[in-house]
Amino acid sequence: MNGLILATEAGAAPFEHISTATGGSAIALAWLVPVVPFITAGLLLLFGKRLGRLSSAVAITSIGFSATMAVLIFVELMGHHAGDRTFVVPVATWLDIVGFTVDWSMLVDPLSSIMMLLVTIVGLLIHVYSLGYMDHDPRYERFFAYLNLFAASMLVLVLGSSFLVLFVGWELVGLSSYLLIGFWFEKKAYAAAAKKAFVTNRIGDVGFMVAMFIIFATFGSLEFTEVLPMVATATSGTLVAIGLLLFIGATGKSAQIPLYVWLPDAMAGPTPVSALIHAATMVTAGVYLVARTSLLYTQIPDVGLLVAWIGGITAFVAGAIACAQVDLKKILAYSTVSQLGYMFIGVGVGDNVAAVFHLLTHGFFKALLFLAAGSVMHAMADQTDIRRMGGLWSKMPITGTTSFIGVLAIAGFPFMSGFYSKEEILAASAETPGAEGIWILGLVVAAMTAFYMTRWFMLIFTGDKRWDEGVHPHESPLSMTLPLGLLAIASIGGGVINLDPKTGWLHGWLEETVILFEIRETWIPVAAHLPAALTAAALGVIVAFFMYRAASMSTIGTGGGLVAVARSKFYVDEFYEFFTVRVGGALANGFARTDRGGIDGIVNGAAGLTRSFAGVARRTQTGYVRSYALGILAGTLFLGVLVAAAFLGGDI
Amino acid sequence: MSPAAGIPAGYYLLLAAALFSIGLVGVLVRRNLIVIFMCVELMLNAVNLTLVAFSRINGNLDGQVLSFFVMVVAAAEVTVGLALIVNLFRLRASIDADDADRLRL
Repeated sequence: MNGLILATEAGAAPFEHISTATGGSAIALAWLVPVVPFITAGLLLLFGKRLGRLSSAVAITSIGFSATMAVLIFVELMGHHAGDRTFVVPVATWLDIVGFTVDWSMLVDPLSSIMMLLVTIVGLLIHVYSLGYMDHDPRYERFFAYLNLFAASMLVLVLGSSFLVLFVGWELVGLSSYLLIGFWFEKKAYAAAAKKAFVTNRIGDVGFMVAMFIIFATFGSLEFTEVLPMVATATSGTLVAIGLLLFIGATGKSAQIPLYVWLPDAMAGPTPVSALIHAATMVTAGVYLVARTSLLYTQIPDVGLLVAWIGGITAFVAGAIACAQVDLKKILAYSTVSQLGYMFIGVGVGDNVAAVFHLLTHGFFKALLFLAAGSVMHAMADQTDIRRMGGLWSKMPITGTTSFIGVLAIAGFPFMSGFYSKEEILAASAETPGAEGIWILGLVVAAMTAFYMTRWFMLIFTGDKRWDEGVHPHESPLSMTLPLGLLAIASIGGGVINLDPKTGWLHGWLEETVILFEIRETWIPVAAHLPAALTAAALGVIVAFFMYRAASMSTIGTGGGLVAVARSKFYVDEFYEFFTVRVGGALANGFARTDRGGIDGIVNGAAGLTRSFAGVARRTQTGYVRSYALGILAGTLFLGVLVAAAFLGGDI
Repeated sequence: MSPAAGIPAGYYLLLAAALFSIGLVGVLVRRNLIVIFMCVELMLNAVNLTLVAFSRINGNLDGQVLSFFVMVVAAAEVTVGLALIVNLFRLRASIDADDADRLRL
């Protein structure tokens, strides 16, 4: 990578000009966006039982308020001149130690405003959807309290103006995901999935924390607006360490190799939660973090390339697993891991705009697909095996049609939102020296995506009925189909925000927040990108179409060889279990034995020695007064003899 | 001159040593606390006799004065000692020295 510049600044440099919001404006009140759902979450947890059904109304009102605020803030930002859209809104002082202050303050800028829109609007739709989906659940009010908490945590993460405030949101997101994944904790497997998600995330969090320590030691501050413009002053070794450790944190939250294993298991939660985790909150946090610190990653292109490679490999592995799964939510889960891999390719090669763009469009179509999956499960009495579905389109026209749109969007069908965002990431990787392999990997994954999504759709909605006797599929209520419809519209038209990678609206909008990508020489002609990507996608669709056109239980029920291995998720979970449970357990047992035998042995040995000596000495203490008296006599006689001897010897 | 004037001082000292030995052996071999107690008194008085004897031999009153002190201390010791024995008897229903081998009830 000698002498290569991966990304250079174009236009205004991020954090060059920071404004303060005027009182009473929507930006000055930005702190209300996370605080209101926090308060309602607390109220619902305390008084939810008394509110009963009303609790959902409270929750939806509060997230609706946040969404409205987010839109108002966005509109107000649009009203400011370009280059004057970065605001730091102080709320309260948190820590005030001599020479070091951390405020609860909000960073409102183009990146956080657009993330805020995604979180609140998709969050609102998922809240509405939950009205229908969770209707019969006995812990109805608690579910809405947790949903509010989840959205609020993510908003803190997105709005935090320093690494530390972001970290608070980061941890709260981990907590809320734990609560929601294990929402049906009566089932042991679900509770275990929640724990797995939490523990896996904690591993990543350690990386994040150590990165924060180094940042503070190097720059003496944790504020984005102070640290990021200074990164060029630090040594490259320090920057590499910070970049790698932050990325470890990102792999935990955003489910990348090696910490992706929690996300597929997170399917244990109710489906709206899966949609929230996969689309609007949680998994986007890692991508957001890397995009937010793009000034840092610009300084260390080698680490960026590593990020991109890990993203590419994750995308490939998860895509391969998704092709073989038979659980409708698991397919979508691995699909999310795979698409997140795309986003990390984007941030890794330096095209943060493309990554954020894909994050947004993915938020729309993945929320749509998950909610559609929930609708199908709702209709099929919680059946999740796609081999036992088929022919549902006629029974569930709205769910079927919106799913079709979602599948087209994620597969990259021309002029759908996913087409533009995926294409931009692929183009960015083609323009990056050293990332040629990633480009090819990206194309293969594009074909895989088209394949497994077509397979998913065809096995559920077309072909013969393969469901059990006694199941009567029906269309879901309006509260569930309305969000589906709205998300479908966003999935079709979401691409308009950045139709062209270099001149699109999003490109200009993010200009003052993230480092922008500059056109460089490409190793394949620009004209060849598009046909290659389209061919890959078409290939996937066609193969899936012919494979599953006449699907029946017998043709999809079994899978031999490679399919079986992929269906078993390449035994990664077993591998991890071996290493953590067996090897880790053996190591822990070894240490325990050393502690009990060695360390405790020395201490206990000292005690035993004292005791055995005392056992001999205690025999002199008989407890009989006369034996003591005899002792006194003997002593006195002895002294008497000494004195007499001295007297006779003439010494006295 | 008193009738005892003719007795040589060595006889007093021999008597005192005999009394002291009787007391000492009593303390060592007996188990009855009252007997032990009386033996202790015997030893004290043997010492008193020695003091008085030396007082006569040396022709001054130092030994006699000291023996008064011993008597006073012995009187105080008797009251404390007897009180202890009475209380021990109330607790253990016994005045055997071997029964009082614990520092608790």
